[in-house]
Amino acid sequence: MADKKGRFGVHGGQYIPETLMNAVIELEEAYNHYKDDPEFNRELTTLLNEYAGRPSGLYYAEKLTKALGGAKIYLKREDLNHTGSHKINNVLGQALLAKKMGKTRLIAETGAGQHGVATATAAALLNMECVVFMGEEDTKRQALNVYRMRLLGAKVVPVTSGTATLKDAVSEAMREWTSRIADTHYCLGSVMGPHPFPTIVRDFQAVISKEIKEQILAKEHRLPDAVIACVGGGSNAMGSFYNFIEDKEVRLIGCEAAGRGIDTFETAATINTGRLGIFHGMKSYFCQDKYGQIAPVYSISAGLDYPGIGPEHANLHDTGRAEYVPVTDEEAVNAFEFLSRTEGIIPAIESAHAVAYAMKLAPEMTKEQIIVITISGRGDKDCAAIARYRGEDIHE
Amino acid sequence: MNNTSQKSIREAFTNGKAFIPFLTCGDPDLETTGKLVRAAAENGADLIELGIPFSDPTAEGPVIQGANIRALSGGITTDKIFDFVRELRKDVTIPLVFMTYANVVFSYGAERFISTCREIGIAGIILPDLPFEEKEEFLPLCRQYGVALISLIAPTSDNRIAMIAKEAEGFLYIVSSLGVTGTRSEITTDLSSIVKVVKETADIPCAIGFGISTPEQAKKMAALADGVIVGSAIVKIIAEHGRESVPYVAEYVKKMKEAVKASF
Repeated sequence: MADKKGRFGVHGGQYIPETLMNAVIELEEAYNHYKDDPEFNRELTTLLNEYAGRPSGLYYAEKLTKALGGAKIYLKREDLNHTGSHKINNVLGQALLAKKMGKTRLIAETGAGQHGVATATAAALLNMECVVFMGEEDTKRQALNVYRMRLLGAKVVPVTSGTATLKDAVSEAMREWTSRIADTHYCLGSVMGPHPFPTIVRDFQAVISKEIKEQILAKEHRLPDAVIACVGGGSNAMGSFYNFIEDKEVRLIGCEAAGRGIDTFETAATINTGRLGIFHGMKSYFCQDKYGQIAPVYSISAGLDYPGIGPEHANLHDTGRAEYVPVTDEEAVNAFEFLSRTEGIIPAIESAHAVAYAMKLAPEMTKEQIIVITISGRGDKDCAAIARYRGEDIHE
Repeated sequence: MNNTSQKSIREAFTNGKAFIPFLTCGDPDLETTGKLVRAAAENGADLIELGIPFSDPTAEGPVIQGANIRALSGGITTDKIFDFVRELRKDVTIPLVFMTYANVVFSYGAERFISTCREIGIAGIILPDLPFEEKEEFLPLCRQYGVALISLIAPTSDNRIAMIAKEAEGFLYIVSSLGVTGTRSEITTDLSSIVKVVKETADIPCAIGFGISTPEQAKKMAALADGVIVGSAIVKIIAEHGRESVPYVAEYVKKMKEAVKASF
């Protein structure tokens, strides 16, 4: 839990320009008011259930289980949510909150485009203006999602600064927020940034672990032995872990994008290669050089291609409550293909990082043990890039 | 090594309204930055803000972002900048403050960074991503080593102005407008009300920055406060003329100081 100043151990805080301080204070006050407001929660639950299609299924992946020959594997199907990923959980919450605060405009950063699509969707539904910042590099990797956002009425701004990826999209969204605050809410997409964002996003994503718990108890009458999720900023992982933190017997495993390997510079594995720093409003672990210059990270997955990690994850790492493991591009692509063939489920390349680690772990476990993998999104958006990775050029 | 002839931040505000130029260290190279510092000091600058480049400067507009990229790709590091200031201090007495981002200080080791500032004659540090709520991160060390941790007040600060002013050190950086650094054609914030609250609370010089580029704007802004800060407009000149920018910057500083000096 975050303390008053939004700290998770030493991590978190509010390292932002003075211009934004009253905006985050106002957001915190509004959130503290509405999070326990029955009317707000009724509206949000209706949106999540009727519009986004919650609860999402917890599917027993029998073929995958047999193929790996170890632990029993369940998939938490966030890929089946409206807009195709877990991002909609947080976005509907924040958009509704922003609306209650009298904001008429949403801005967002996006990496793979899933958060941008979710934000554009909520803006369309709630009659709000929407501007999405996306690294120019990612607009190329995820052209389909750029089109989806435009179709939904959002303006997509390609960001050319820095590495032209997710971190630069976050920087540009923060810059935009400092220039226009009165009517604008920054709908941050992950459990990162200045307090109260890591807490707000975690609370809105915690529905994932709340459902996993209910569903696994109904199906298996026991808790899982491990919950596995991919981690960039860490929102689907935080959502998947949150309601299991007190259940010490449940292993919580976050899968970081190792890119071409953690012994190369082309990696985005923050816990495995980064060190403590202050960036994007928070104290946490970051990939950086000895002078604190943020590293130009790399992953095949645009959604995990971020040099930092949310502060609550950093603290779960410090306390040893969660483990963070690196997964390479190659392992993730293999898992992407493997899950497609064995279960007929095409996962997002981000989620494929979690599948890849489960493929290593499951065979080492007994048939009585249970793994839950969160499939945070669907992989349609990645097909062209994966084909390219395999040397095949397809037209989207 | 601490140069005793070095002037204090207070003294920067004693020669009429102060003119404070900003330079990114190492843009285009440290040799040129050294020439620019000397030219600015000779042409009327009262205090100089030296930027230590950061890879991802979230409070900067495109102009200063560009300067940061140029400097970093030229191989600039915090250590090289410390050596550069040590060298400058052999003959330059103008008060100098660093402007950088929290991670540059944190990552270097806060105590090592701040004690080095003291040693080389850096009077203060401006960190745009360190608001009042987080200043404990560095304030105890800044006090220990006598380096002012300079606070910023923004157009959105409202109820926070007095709280910030009360504990402000060195001078107060008043952000003229919403948004990031960069020149603006018009500044509409009610700055005189902000300065009034500050002056009712604390005896501290106020300098207005963000968006100021012309002598007319500078004169107008200086009338509202104790000085003006100009960054992007100078960085633009340097971006255009590179190593040949020194006479252009010297001329610009002279013109700006003349405009603000007589302002009241």
